Amino acid sequence: MTELSTPYAPSREGLRGAYRTMRRIRCFEERLHAEFAAGRVPSSVHLYAGQEASAAAICAHLGAQDYLHNTHRAHGPAIARGADLIAITKEIYLRAGGLCQGKGGSPHLHDARLRLIGANGGVGSGAALACGSALAIRHRQENGVAVALLGDGACNQGVVSESFNLASVWKLPVVFAIENNGYAEATATSYAIAGDNLAARGPAFGMPSTRVDGADYFAVHEAAGVAIECARSGGGPSLVEIMAPRFYGHYEGDAQKYRAPGEVAELRRTRDCLTRLRQRMIDEYQFSTAEIDAMDAEIGVDIDRAFAEAAAAPPPDPALLMRDIYADRSGL
Amino acid sequence: MSVKSYRAAIREALEHEMQRDPDVVLIGQDLAGGAGGGGEDDAWGGPMAVTKGLVGKFGRERVLDTPVSEAASIGAAVGAAAAGLRPVAELMFCDFIGVCCDQILNQAAKYRYTFGGQDQVPLTIRTTIGAGQQLGSQHSQALYPLFSYFPGLKVVVPATAYDAKGLLATAIRDNDPVIFCEHRLLYRLREDVPDESYTIPFGEARIVEEGGDVTVVALSRMVHVAAEAVRALREDGIDCDLIDPRTTTPLDTDTIFDSVEATGRLVIVDEAGPRCGTASDIAAIVAEEMFNALRAPIRRVTPPYAPVPAAPELERSYVPDASRIIAAVRSVMER
Repeated sequence: MTELSTPYAPSREGLRGAYRTMRRIRCFEERLHAEFAAGRVPSSVHLYAGQEASAAAICAHLGAQDYLHNTHRAHGPAIARGADLIAITKEIYLRAGGLCQGKGGSPHLHDARLRLIGANGGVGSGAALACGSALAIRHRQENGVAVALLGDGACNQGVVSESFNLASVWKLPVVFAIENNGYAEATATSYAIAGDNLAARGPAFGMPSTRVDGADYFAVHEAAGVAIECARSGGGPSLVEIMAPRFYGHYEGDAQKYRAPGEVAELRRTRDCLTRLRQRMIDEYQFSTAEIDAMDAEIGVDIDRAFAEAAAAPPPDPALLMRDIYADRSGL
Repeated sequence: MSVKSYRAAIREALEHEMQRDPDVVLIGQDLAGGAGGGGEDDAWGGPMAVTKGLVGKFGRERVLDTPVSEAASIGAAVGAAAAGLRPVAELMFCDFIGVCCDQILNQAAKYRYTFGGQDQVPLTIRTTIGAGQQLGSQHSQALYPLFSYFPGLKVVVPATAYDAKGLLATAIRDNDPVIFCEHRLLYRLREDVPDESYTIPFGEARIVEEGGDVTVVALSRMVHVAAEAVRALREDGIDCDLIDPRTTTPLDTDTIFDSVEATGRLVIVDEAGPRCGTASDIAAIVAEEMFNALRAPIRRVTPPYAPVPAAPELERSYVPDASRIIAAVRSVMER
């Protein structure tokens, strides 16, 4: 396997932004978990808590010309890409003013202006769509990249292997970022991933590839930086496998009986990317506890406001049922 | 104006649209052929030789040969369209939708709607349909009703070279995903076609024949088979309206309604199957909207509810022919 090992250290300001993003995601998901348990969330949701370093580190390298194709575990990457928190919350609550006007819902968070592309119900098709974004970027000579976030489960879809090959054959500016959280729904990767190593699939398709610890923001930041820079400079596609623990179930309401007793508590204790980042910021980058606590408080206020606005928002206009099926309605 | 084949008319539309708009790119298997080999470039010019010569004019950056990966390549075409290109993807046989359903039916069709109208997907998928070449059950179907099931897609079934050229130009300029169904037995059909570029609006049926006794609606190659039946019936004193809807989404119900209002009798000829097909769809719409105008039961002339067999003797009895259409028209005239 080709190792990606160019030094790629985040700046102090970059760390402040990363912490803010990761903390925002964690607070959002914990709040959503509580709201769901209280019966106030009208739809199915898949929480991103535990995987925050992945989205935050990838998005730290993306600009306005770049595309991010999301997974159904969509809230974290949407927040990291900078989508409006209130519009995200309204979309999850299927209310007017949601990112997709209440017609997409939690897995399909999409913001065309930010080139944040909503996920696919059947999982995996984002890999192919990302090849298309990359083709358009190259056609317009935009110096951009397309990042396809994929779960470990989606990597067993044929379309993902096809897309690895196509991206390599066409030398597209794509990064396949696999968030391996150990489970596809209720089935462990040790059962479902032959070879138990998704990073090993990259070289088979002629792509540089690496596996990183998703609990270590610095490691993900470096690996994503190298892969994105490679794509941006015309070096073609890469694969990054990010080993990121999942702190909640596949979806909310999942009793998670398939996990070993104490597994989640142990992951939270030993592999929490947020507490690890916080500690390193204090130990190595001279952030004070008070400074970080102030960020936490500020984020708490934003989250409260987003949930209050979503809860108070009206349902979508009934006319939306028949709107936007087509862009051109002539003859219909 | 000059005599052109259906195949040449399609190629001309592709060439004109590629000249007109630099964002039009072609994506598919062997559109040029010869990539990476030691022999000729543009060796095939498409599996049906429709795209021959285009790689020489526009280069491999705009004529993109793909691996045998319909899911990835159709998916990439959807992503490219949503990102602002105007791709024309080729799905060699419509039967192969089996390996890229998600990309067409979930991604392309629903992209705009699911995301609340933020984007448009100006994608054309050219595909081929039809029996008659002894290619068997997985290379011979006419699956356009499947596409018309899905809101968000537009579906074109051209029967003539003139219509193929004008409707393909419309498809490529349209801002929604369009499935363009070329019947392989029509590729050699020749007729006068303008040399210059032109468009034909979607949702406008062509009235092929005007009669007044019976309304016959036929699609794609069945238009020609029905025309043969209509000529034979005229010699027996039965005059039919023959209508070719040309697009199944949008569907020009007004033209069909106007004709049925006058005739009170409807026969629908479809190479797609008898269950959940276009003939059933049109029959249901007319029965619901025009029941009081009908003077006889609606008759559908379709293949049997069976896969397409390969042996020519079996295949001939699968595809509707003029004699079955004549019998159907006579049966509605008896009521």
